[in-house]
Amino acid sequence: MITAKTAYVLHSDQGMTHPATEPMRQGTAASSPFAIELRGISKAFGPVQANKDISIRVRRGTIHGIVGENGAGKSTLMSILYGFYRADSGEIVINGNHTEIPDSLSAIRAGVGMVFQHFKLVENFTVLENVILGAEAGGLLRPSLAKARGLLKDLAREFELNVDPDALIENLSVGHQQRVEILKALYREADILILDEPTGVLTPSEADHLFRILRGLKEQGKTIVLITHKLREIMDVTDEVSVMRRGEMVATRVTSQTSPTELAELMVGRKVLLRVEKPPASPGDEILRVEGLRLVDAQGVERLRGLDFNIRAGEILGIAGVAGNGQSELLEVLAGLRPADGKAWVRGAPLPLSGAGSDAQSRRALRIAHVPEDRHRRGLVLNFHAWENTALGYHHDPAYNPTRWKMDNAAIIRDTESKMAAFDVRPPDPQLKASGFSGGNQQKIVLAREIEHGPDVLLVGQPTRGVDIGAIEFIHQRLIRLRDAGAAILLVSVELDEILALSDRVLVMFDGRIMGERMPDKTNAQELGLLMAGMA
Amino acid sequence: MSAKGRIPNWADVTLVPLTSVLLAFILSAILIWAIGESPWEAVKLMVDGAFGSSYGWGYTLFYATNFMFTGLAVAVAFQARLFNIGGEGQALLGGLGVALVCLYIPWPHWSLALLAACAGAAAFGALWALIPGYLQARRGSHIVITTIMFNFIAASLLGYVLVNVLRPQGSQDPSSPRFPSEIALPKLHEMLALVGIPFSRVPPVNISLLIAIAMCFAVWFLLWRTRLGYQIRAFGESEPAAQYAGISPARITVVVMLISGALAGLMAVNSVMGEQQRLVLNAVEGAGFIGIAVALMGRNHPLGVALAAILFGFLYQGGAELALWTSIPRELIVVIQALVILFTGALDNMVRIPIARMFARRGAG
Amino acid sequence: MDVGTLVQVLDSTLRLATPLLFACLAGLISERAGVFDIGLEGKMLVAAFMAASIAFVTGNVWLGVLSAIAVSVAMSLVHGVAAITFRGNQLISGVAINFLAAGITVVIAQNWFRQGGRTPSLTGDARMGRIDLPFAEAVRDVPVLGPIYHGILSGHALLVYVAFLCVPLTWYMLTRTRFGLRLRAVGENPAAVDTAGVSVIGLRFAAVAICGVLCGLAGAYLSTGLSAGFVKDMTAGRGFIALAAMIFAKWRPWHALGAVLLFGLLEALANRFQNIDFFGLAVPVQAMQALPYILTVVILAGFVGKAIPPRAGGTAYVKEH
Repeated sequence: MITAKTAYVLHSDQGMTHPATEPMRQGTAASSPFAIELRGISKAFGPVQANKDISIRVRRGTIHGIVGENGAGKSTLMSILYGFYRADSGEIVINGNHTEIPDSLSAIRAGVGMVFQHFKLVENFTVLENVILGAEAGGLLRPSLAKARGLLKDLAREFELNVDPDALIENLSVGHQQRVEILKALYREADILILDEPTGVLTPSEADHLFRILRGLKEQGKTIVLITHKLREIMDVTDEVSVMRRGEMVATRVTSQTSPTELAELMVGRKVLLRVEKPPASPGDEILRVEGLRLVDAQGVERLRGLDFNIRAGEILGIAGVAGNGQSELLEVLAGLRPADGKAWVRGAPLPLSGAGSDAQSRRALRIAHVPEDRHRRGLVLNFHAWENTALGYHHDPAYNPTRWKMDNAAIIRDTESKMAAFDVRPPDPQLKASGFSGGNQQKIVLAREIEHGPDVLLVGQPTRGVDIGAIEFIHQRLIRLRDAGAAILLVSVELDEILALSDRVLVMFDGRIMGERMPDKTNAQELGLLMAGMA
Repeated sequence: MSAKGRIPNWADVTLVPLTSVLLAFILSAILIWAIGESPWEAVKLMVDGAFGSSYGWGYTLFYATNFMFTGLAVAVAFQARLFNIGGEGQALLGGLGVALVCLYIPWPHWSLALLAACAGAAAFGALWALIPGYLQARRGSHIVITTIMFNFIAASLLGYVLVNVLRPQGSQDPSSPRFPSEIALPKLHEMLALVGIPFSRVPPVNISLLIAIAMCFAVWFLLWRTRLGYQIRAFGESEPAAQYAGISPARITVVVMLISGALAGLMAVNSVMGEQQRLVLNAVEGAGFIGIAVALMGRNHPLGVALAAILFGFLYQGGAELALWTSIPRELIVVIQALVILFTGALDNMVRIPIARMFARRGAG
Repeated sequence: MDVGTLVQVLDSTLRLATPLLFACLAGLISERAGVFDIGLEGKMLVAAFMAASIAFVTGNVWLGVLSAIAVSVAMSLVHGVAAITFRGNQLISGVAINFLAAGITVVIAQNWFRQGGRTPSLTGDARMGRIDLPFAEAVRDVPVLGPIYHGILSGHALLVYVAFLCVPLTWYMLTRTRFGLRLRAVGENPAAVDTAGVSVIGLRFAAVAICGVLCGLAGAYLSTGLSAGFVKDMTAGRGFIALAAMIFAKWRPWHALGAVLLFGLLEALANRFQNIDFFGLAVPVQAMQALPYILTVVILAGFVGKAIPPRAGGTAYVKEH
């Protein structure tokens, strides 16, 4: 698929501050200063290349951060180290020894422990049962449990890892559940501990507690790899940091010798600025208004913490932010896909955020259109023909239903043909299944459907994710044209360039809050990057 | 962009199911051989018995009529990713609906009785599917388990009604009285005689066959030509996308189960009104379950269901002939049916993965 | 109902509950490991046939029991290959197993014995002997204790006692052993087991195999203990009653014992009486037959204490990425 790119390896080596100056001492295990060395790791999931020829070295007894945006490949890389996935190519050296890690058992034996982002705990088991699972002392549980109980007590004292050993996992807070995951690793005598986005589900005080635990572990000589997209954490707690972008390792820095600004730039990448022909906006009346929007998810985590904003006709409001800070939830709430608390108005009329009239169909009736972030899951039925997808969500449209019962497929097909022509979808074949189109053309099918119905409000998530360059430009032009026709557009994108190029106003979201509002011509990627990292 | 593991559409709807059925037949042939009979002779006997005469054709089509109804019932539910295993119970209740309509209302003509019987059968079948559908939609009760339970509850209910309500005075037989002979449904030979085609008078194949074929069209029309069908298919293909489109999962679940139950219930028009002319305890004789095999083999498409129903009609009639002339019991058909379900339903990946590899290799080479 | 009748009904309750108990525990172990099994009925049926056939041919009931276990485990492995290895639909696989059993037992029975799909009647050592518990004769005439010990508890086939012994064994295995801990974990969250370095597939196959052994015992008792030979479709829905009992018991061994005793009692009553007078209300026999299923639906609907199946039940394990 994708061949090894030597250039990136060189780039990454240049980025490393000291390993290059220090001669490598290979062979004898104990003498290697590195707990982990990964060399040329590549991994693809189907057509998606998650890791491309990645090399990284982690010093023993340090906390090493790995930063990057969501989807940069951080979790995949560490899951390979833990034997959850097998790399397509590359090698793993642990404490100077070449190590094959075909499964998690091998990783555990090599002293690697991992705390996954989504905990791998049995919800209706006790803490003790979860800790010993797979590492029992014998065929009967009683002695294993007794042994674990003693060890847990010691660990709790040593590292501030207090958890009630007899509590059921489902009754514990996420912070405590995370401690159980750490205890699991320590019980297995791991001396390398990987944590994947450990603070995503924690409150700030829980996060501080976690960092105290991690520092304590480091003092005991453990090596810790911390995967995160939050720069504050990196600056606070790590000794070294590696930056990943789009499946590649782009740089490694000593934390004390770098800055959030530099890391933000490395994470986002310095790309050629997109140019969009954009006449100045002439915003009209307020179309959408949101006040005090709050959302608590099923786990009890507050995903949206009181948002207030408005969008006017003929205006694009960009929402910048690292993925996972509440933007997706915001889109889903406004599109009627999940209920929330707060108030909203469309053209001055109240818009229910929960209960009757808050479903997706009612939103469309109010001329609110939605281009979802995940077109494969939501925006399209992949197994449907293109023309069937054109009717998705608009299947009640009178133009498609001349009589009460019969749907006029021919009319939908004709309509699809004209939409395909207007949006230059290739191939312009309404009978082709959605799965048969390229990413860019799939997105055009969705956009054509949502835009051509002439919405007053368009909610757009990641409009150009997985879309080729030519289509990106086209999609951007269409959004501008819709704006100029008087629509209010809410644009969510993790691509900062896209936000800057298209938006008339930019809100930056971090941790479910709006960190600030900026005008695109009076800000830059660095300032936004810092806001996105929660460092206002 | 072509992910490995893709199979062209034509192969997906023909090659995969045919390979599965072929595997099922090969294993069945081995079984026939193992019990000391000749598979080749058996096939000849079955083909001859099912298709060699208008008598054979008549029975084949009679069975096929039953299987079309129950196959469509399972297929419609499958289109919404619901596994309605309760066709058996729904058809039993449909039979009760037919019996009540035929016994308690004096009909001047069979055609009116037929319409009313269809309505009764569909209503009772739908009612029996409504409860599991509602429990799935609103209470999250697993529809497979509830429909299984409802099969047994239906059997007990019918037993009670037959023994204590419908059974004529003095009769030992747990069955209803005979329906009035005026409302006997026209048989296929009578209908064909109108256009001058001679056909055996013996087999019970009747006008219900036409209703079954009409239902195949109706289901096709529903699924691919109406808004409701569009919503059913969208819900079945992708629940997140359906939610995005504003389609209510609970509503679709209930509506689909109503349709599915009505189709299963309609089977009783053929078996109860068309053949037995009275309601008996085992009026359905497993046809509800055969619907699963028929739907799986027919890829949940009405045309596929119709063809698969004829194949199973052939197996049932051929199997009966086989049992008559050889020492192979009728239950051989149940084995074939089980193997078809196993290969087309549960071992789909076993068949699919090698075929996908074959196409991948051809595509690469 | 006089005491004599009551003793007879309770005595027959134990016998009727035995195959249910084996099958119920079989389903329980499989489903606790995350593999749905609606093919209990089919496995019992092939086991019943195999036990009766081999017992008839060899004249030794225990050889019959062993072959019943073997054939039932083989069926389980077919289910395992479909459900675990090829990640097929577990429910459809179960349906297929049930039909396969219904058909193949008759085809082979006809081929072997030519008696219309049944085995010849079993006599002597080809049937399971009854065991008199110690001192049963001695306490026979003691009031209360006599009818209970001699009349109800004593005088059953060995497998009856084995079945009831399986309840504490299953409970102990699930709650007190390493294997049980892992088995329950794999049914709740296979990813936890996988990341703990234990094979998900291995555990699930082990559970499915145990399920096969227990179904084998259920079927063997049915044809050589409860009856004296195999007849077509002799399980008569017992596999589904066992499934219902398992849901009714909310996948817990001791509750399973209670559920099968209740359902066994209902069957015993239905066998003995046409109508039961229940506080002046004549309850028809069909209502008694339907009651286990109705109760199960009520439990499933969550109107009285919701039955929550193992969380990973019914789905094959695929690593998420």
